[in-house]
Amino acid sequence: MLSSLGGVLFDGFAYGMLLFLLSVGLSVTLGMMNFVNLAHCSFAMVGGYTTVTLVNQLGWPFLASLPAAFASAAVLSIVFERVLFRRLYKASDLDQCLLTIGVVFISIAAFAWFYTTEQQSARVPAWLQGSLQVGGVTFAYYRIFLIVVSLAISGALIFLLERTRFGAQVRAAVDNQRMARGLGIDVDRAFMITFALGGGLAGLGGALAIQVVGLDPTFALTYLVYVLIVVSVGGLGSIGGSFAAAVVLGISDMAGKYYVPWLGAFLIYLVMVGLLMWRPLGLFGKR
Amino acid sequence: MITAASDFFQRQARVRPLEIAFWLATLLPFVVAPAYLSLASQIAITALFALSLDLILGYTGIVSLGHAAYFGCGAYAAGLLARHYTAEPLIGLVAAAIAAGLLGYATSHIIVRFRHLALIMLTLGLGLLVHEAANSASALTGGTDGLQGVKMAALFGFKFDLYGRTAYAYSLAVLFLVFLVARRVIHSPFGLALRGIRENALRMPAIGAPSLAHLRKVYTIAAVMAGVAGALLTQTTSTVSLEVLSFGRSADVLVILILGGAGRLYGGIVGAIIYMVARDQVSGMNPQYWYFWIGLLLVAVVMFLPNGILGGLSALHKKSQ
Repeated sequence: MLSSLGGVLFDGFAYGMLLFLLSVGLSVTLGMMNFVNLAHCSFAMVGGYTTVTLVNQLGWPFLASLPAAFASAAVLSIVFERVLFRRLYKASDLDQCLLTIGVVFISIAAFAWFYTTEQQSARVPAWLQGSLQVGGVTFAYYRIFLIVVSLAISGALIFLLERTRFGAQVRAAVDNQRMARGLGIDVDRAFMITFALGGGLAGLGGALAIQVVGLDPTFALTYLVYVLIVVSVGGLGSIGGSFAAAVVLGISDMAGKYYVPWLGAFLIYLVMVGLLMWRPLGLFGKR
Repeated sequence: MITAASDFFQRQARVRPLEIAFWLATLLPFVVAPAYLSLASQIAITALFALSLDLILGYTGIVSLGHAAYFGCGAYAAGLLARHYTAEPLIGLVAAAIAAGLLGYATSHIIVRFRHLALIMLTLGLGLLVHEAANSASALTGGTDGLQGVKMAALFGFKFDLYGRTAYAYSLAVLFLVFLVARRVIHSPFGLALRGIRENALRMPAIGAPSLAHLRKVYTIAAVMAGVAGALLTQTTSTVSLEVLSFGRSADVLVILILGGAGRLYGGIVGAIIYMVARDQVSGMNPQYWYFWIGLLLVAVVMFLPNGILGGLSALHKKSQ
């Protein structure tokens, strides 16, 4: 029991980092525009399939495909934001939900059409395979890589939001959109950039997830639930909250699967419902 | 003043000729398309489920992504009762209504306190929770295999046959009765208060309406109706699968209601007819691709037809006058 605890904590933490990458963009954009974007994981899927195509069919190295996954998801999210989502910022929650669920359904069918419904994989370089044994605990190299990348990105994000002019504009828009507009901040532009950044990070998360959880067209729906849990438990617009929620969720999901497999996902949903009832605005939510 | 108010309600509740024509038309399948009676009974059941969602979503404004929980609760209640105690369909219906109602009443205390994203997440979470619970309790529910071979006794001497004649008559009769109840609820002062809550949840308590009690009441009523629909599905198909509790079912009924027109009594019924007939026509298609069209439809309805098909029709009608 105890010897496995280290492994569960490590794997859970790596899994949590993945969830953080997938959800941080949604948290910030939801906090800014109150736009319930259930299609967020579809952008993650775009990144994942970009990597699969580049690595398996065009022979790109895995690492080089990661920025491409980021870019493709970011570009596509700008297109969707401009063409579709923009019109619904003032609409009801229900309309936003329905439209973005529609986009999820379309993306699932489209990827099933082009890539079949089979699980996809992408070759990773040899130095990312294998694992390290320390004191009976297995540390897979890929998961270490995942943690390092995610921590670096979190650091860069926090720097961007806390230390730069653009970050100040975003924070102002999240706190009070009308006031920010009144001060002359171009909220729409800030939002578009944030949306692209969030979509791109999701795409990167999708690409990195292939090795850990696999990739098939239902990814957009399966992981949507996890992403929504992270966002709503962490609190809208809070990067620290998303980080904490993702780590808690990753570790408890991994521990649940390891120690009480017969409970399935029951535990996760129970924790989510309980947390939401206790704090409807999330652990670190302000509004 | 009092006569003015009762005049208003009576005017609203007046039965229009088109309604009578519609309900008479529901008897047509017996004569015109006897081969499609099983499909017709599926449509009636789905319409009932959509009607129950309409009460909370269309009329009260409670967005739910987990309404299948009550449908599935009713389905399992009817299935388990038929398996272990009595195969009498009407008793099964009542038992399912009670079971779903209890679950609905218990969860309504949670649901009514939240709005916006937290509400959507909670309904989704509760739906998934019930689904996982049924999956884990496989000793009782059969897990992913579901309950097979739920034998039902004859209904007033009519056996449930392969052609679905009894099944359709039974489902249609139940749909009609529940519809009358829903119609009465909507056209009562209580129904008006619900629409008031939908339009402005803060102002209603200010004019003295007990908002939370109203919300709990309508949520429980909707859960009972969903449970009855679930029981009908169990009794007419003789099986219960885990799918009755799935997120897909919650999403489907939402699509059906939005397609037909939320906040209209006939919205769910019209949506169910169109959706189920369309799906039957393309039943050879891989479900993956079916959802492509559903997705496209959702985007189109939200962008161009915000009040559904019935809303679009009534806007056309107003324009032509």
